Amino acid sequence: MTIDFSRDKPIYSQLVDRICGDILKGNLELGDRLPSVREYAVETGVNVNTVQRVYKELEAMNITETKRGQGTFITTNEERIVLLREDMKNQLAENFLTSIEALGFSKEEMLVVLTKNREVK
Amino acid sequence: MLQLSNVSFRYMKKPILQDVSFSIPVGRIIGLVGENGSGKSTLLKVLAGLLHPSSGEVLLNGTPVTRRNADQIAYLPDIDLFFDFYTGEQLFQHYASQFEDFSYDKACIVAEFLNVDKNMKLRELSKGNRGRMKMAATLGREVPFYLMDEPFSGLDPIVREQLIKGLIQFTDIENQTILLSTHELYEVEPILDQIILLQNGSIIAHEEVETIRDVTNKDAVQWMKTYYKKG
Repeated sequence: MTIDFSRDKPIYSQLVDRICGDILKGNLELGDRLPSVREYAVETGVNVNTVQRVYKELEAMNITETKRGQGTFITTNEERIVLLREDMKNQLAENFLTSIEALGFSKEEMLVVLTKNREVK
Repeated sequence: MLQLSNVSFRYMKKPILQDVSFSIPVGRIIGLVGENGSGKSTLLKVLAGLLHPSSGEVLLNGTPVTRRNADQIAYLPDIDLFFDFYTGEQLFQHYASQFEDFSYDKACIVAEFLNVDKNMKLRELSKGNRGRMKMAATLGREVPFYLMDEPFSGLDPIVREQLIKGLIQFTDIENQTILLSTHELYEVEPILDQIILLQNGSIIAHEEVETIRDVTNKDAVQWMKTYYKKG
């Protein structure tokens, strides 16, 4: 499986988001081992240097830990993941607000739509 | 490090490359892009030591490149130069007889990874499978530099994706460098570190892919188009 990347963001940051998303969705669990840099590069079809950067960023965010000689693992610190969840929620809301402002919708009218959608489902 | 300084190349009296200078650090995958006739193939041949520049120098780790540097540089031509009555296996044996750095075993592993049968004659293979076989033979060589002329051209998306994965799987980016020319920039961009843009035999841009996205908020294809609008 190769991924289609969006045009306007660096590929490494799209992969960071993707792994964070996999954690939140439960596709990756606390303490899971990530594939090796090369395995992940082949899987996603990107440069090894790019994946190295992805793993470095995740480690700097304390989302992963590298154990010498064993590989890279998702953190077992549950609080960190709770925080990640909050961060991604806020980021999503921020993006949404920017978009509706750009189109001139008010928060209130969007709330009506959002609530209605929820009821239908 | 492979380095060009002020390289020009003329064919008859026609200038093909004009005052081209850049250096390729070890451990990078670099895409060479530009329209047909912009000089990509000539540039790769000059770098491989197959063509001699009309002026300027090509240096490999500080010494001028000649055909003898073939032991440091693996060149994948854009045309099929092989005997078509060879099987893949015979092609690999031929490579092994020509290049000390060639690993027959590695070539077979790459061929298997790419799903191409090494017992078939080249002329019996589809274009896609010949592309795979060429890639297996090239990656069978263990050299610091791979120069590939249009390795994906004319192949369907599935073959292209496989070749791209083969490139990632079977090169060691700590010690090896790939310079490849391509028109499939959208698909190839994810494996590139840098892009060199050629126009009428001159380099008009040389940039890190991450910088392109970070600074211009464009992907490589859109970025490239901005140069054509200017010109």
